[in-house]
Amino acid sequence: MRVHLKIWRQKDAGTAGKLMDYELDNVDNHMSFLEMMDTLNEQLILKGEMPVEFDHDCREGICGTCGMMINGQAHGPVPGLTACQLHMREFEDGATIYVEPFRAAAFPVKRDLKVDRSAFDRIIQAGGFITASTGQPAEANTILITHETAESAFDSAACIGCGACVATCKNSSAALFTSAKIAHLAKIPQGEKEAAKRVLKMVSRMDEEGFGHCSNTEACEVECPQGISVLNIARMNWEYTKANLLKD
Amino acid sequence: MELDAKIPEGPLEKKWSNYKAQAKLVNPANRKKLPVIVVGTGLAGSSAAASLAEQGYPVYSFCFQDSARRAHSVAAQGGVNAAKNYQNDGDSVYRMFYDTLKGGDFRAREANVYRLAECSLNLIDQAVAQGVPFAREYGGYLSNRSFGGVQVSRTFYARGQTGQQLLLGAYQALMRQVAAGKVDLYSRHEMLDLVVIDGKAKGIIARNLDTGAIERFAAEAVVIATGGFGKIYYLSTLAMGCNGSAIWRAHKRGALMACPSWTQIHPTCLPQAGDYQSKLTLMSESLRNDGRIWVPKLANEERQANDIPEEERDYYLERRYPSFGNLAPRDISSRAAKERIDAGFGVGAQRNAVYLDFSKAIQEQGKDKVKEKYGNLFSMYKKITADDAYTAPMKISPAAHFSMGGLWVDYELMTTIPGLFAIGEANFGDHGANRLGANSLLQACVDGYFILPYTLANYLSGELKKERLTIHHPQFELVEKEVTGQLERLCQINGTKTTDYFHKQLGKLLYDQCGLSRSEAGLKAAIKGIQVLREEFYKDLIVPGTQGEINAELEKAGRVADYLEIAELMCNDALSRKESCGAHFREEYQTAEGEALRDDENYCYVSAWEWKGENTAPVLHPEPLVFEFIKLSVRSYS
Repeated sequence: MRVHLKIWRQKDAGTAGKLMDYELDNVDNHMSFLEMMDTLNEQLILKGEMPVEFDHDCREGICGTCGMMINGQAHGPVPGLTACQLHMREFEDGATIYVEPFRAAAFPVKRDLKVDRSAFDRIIQAGGFITASTGQPAEANTILITHETAESAFDSAACIGCGACVATCKNSSAALFTSAKIAHLAKIPQGEKEAAKRVLKMVSRMDEEGFGHCSNTEACEVECPQGISVLNIARMNWEYTKANLLKD
Repeated sequence: MELDAKIPEGPLEKKWSNYKAQAKLVNPANRKKLPVIVVGTGLAGSSAAASLAEQGYPVYSFCFQDSARRAHSVAAQGGVNAAKNYQNDGDSVYRMFYDTLKGGDFRAREANVYRLAECSLNLIDQAVAQGVPFAREYGGYLSNRSFGGVQVSRTFYARGQTGQQLLLGAYQALMRQVAAGKVDLYSRHEMLDLVVIDGKAKGIIARNLDTGAIERFAAEAVVIATGGFGKIYYLSTLAMGCNGSAIWRAHKRGALMACPSWTQIHPTCLPQAGDYQSKLTLMSESLRNDGRIWVPKLANEERQANDIPEEERDYYLERRYPSFGNLAPRDISSRAAKERIDAGFGVGAQRNAVYLDFSKAIQEQGKDKVKEKYGNLFSMYKKITADDAYTAPMKISPAAHFSMGGLWVDYELMTTIPGLFAIGEANFGDHGANRLGANSLLQACVDGYFILPYTLANYLSGELKKERLTIHHPQFELVEKEVTGQLERLCQINGTKTTDYFHKQLGKLLYDQCGLSRSEAGLKAAIKGIQVLREEFYKDLIVPGTQGEINAELEKAGRVADYLEIAELMCNDALSRKESCGAHFREEYQTAEGEALRDDENYCYVSAWEWKGENTAPVLHPEPLVFEFIKLSVRSYS
């Protein structure tokens, strides 16, 4: 198949970028989207042009490194996928495809499609952990957690930190990312001791990093490759209110 | 060079506690004077960096990814082993030790493997304390499943994302230390060389991948936790960025490499579909608990899987290994698949796959139960292939996966360069010639959380009174010049072929001659082929852009330059070992039934290799493996 690509090219955060046109022939419909990008880059290099810089690593949807807007949607048109799992069979022969970086004030562009998502690490640093140093913890089976609670905690913990939620949200809110960690740790007995402190610190760091407020449109859940539910945001709000009310 | 593994005295079950009782400590007030560099933030690196920082050592932590959470441990699916015996099915530390040693075809140290099994108990406790959401029974107790190569259920799991959840636990512990100011985190930094001063590891040179700047870091010890180098085969289950550069640079600075050719080829991966393919996705081994592997009895079969009647199917693992069946260890399963594929019984468009069939499990347990256990794997399969594994069997194929080989380390996880430690997949250690499923997450965690914090202190206590060296030492200057020289060299070749071209050529050559089966003639031809390819690389490579900027192609070129050297050592390693053991199958050494023929008389040793310079043959230093507590046996799964 043949595709027309309109790809965002930008030298660095301080330089203006623009969409550039590329034509690509002989695209196999079993190719992943990123393999199509590899093919384009091979051709650009051989022509003496700079290849398109894009983030990618595991190419199996779990590391959360890849992230780009494909035809205006985070990770492209198929729900529940990362860009690396998207295959060219989802596009029509002759299709025009727009490829742009995740856009948010808190995610500055480094080059082309590569963005800086270190704000996510700083949100976790603010409190996204259980204070349990390496040592001699209690025997694992002394902490009983029902099947349902463990599964529900897992659902929240499955977030891969890709940033699709932020890129999708019209307010560039990191509420889904932040709340998923808050909910994961608040749901289980090991984490609930610090829940109040955690939610206050993480929410305030989220705001400091320049993410917007939750827009309540639930677009983040729709675009999330792991299907993280917006109920996590409800849980975060509840934990936040509770923590503020019970604060000394 | 005499290799001293420094195995502690005493009975097997007392060795580690004896070591801990006698190891030297560093006073808490002195720890802050002893900075440590940890390269890599996977399970081994994150757990080590967090644990050392908790103890009070200043830690510099490095990863090439844009966040520590993305290291490739994240992709491990199936689980982590521990000898908890929660299932009351006869498990014990000793049994786990024996299974692991046997699984590795008796090519690992008894003392190391016993320690791994012993520390497995604590690891589960540690992970639960961190909030890792392991699978639970309805009453709240932890759940287990079984994995290849064993007859007990000792695998703990978090759906099909156990690696992700364990890594997030370690990552969060690391982030906590970053927030406390005890860890300086350098993401998007790649270690490009090791600085050795007066025979000791004292620092690294790293490249800031966002700016291209070359930076120097000095410390009192360097820990390499950069994982495996299976990406050398180009097509593998590894992430695109996984590489062997840190261990290779350490090797060229004097650290010996052990058994580099021992690569695990994983039996359950998705087959290659075309030349453009960049990786082969792994489907968790846990699928073999309920999936049955088969090929048609008729060669070049044209019918669809569901149209082939039961009596015309060859369940070759059940046939050849009746007592383990579909749960035979990975090396054996992969080789059996290759045997069938090579004989013309392969399935799929490229005839390069075998079937993994769930119809019996669905019939017996119901679709819902199968979905609960493997739902995410089935949906991953559908995402990639567009096929529904609930209605027709999966097509799977072997792919390069795990490096049993790596930097040679002693019982303290220290390489032959004092002050340089290697942990996790980066070292050669506990897995021998074949790793059992769910033991890699375990080893990475145990090295980082429970072993290194003791053994590093034992080393650092001796460094306390020595002079602190800084990055202004002339050796830093020298190594930095060599690093920038190599980058400049790559940028200025201006040839006509891309890095990926060379990587694909190398990968194919290596997979054919130094993959699932090896022969003297093949390996000798491969060595010549690699040398020719390396020459061509330095004449005809094209790298766009400069070293002073973001440049993904330059990153790749540097890694492939190292792969082109590692590959040659792998072939030399495979050539020198005239026996078959575990993942190392030499065609000349097999039984009449086609099983591996081990030679304990002549090859019961670890092959440790010394770098002697470019175009000079490496020197082999065998470390004999002494078995005091168990008797070597023929590894049989039939």
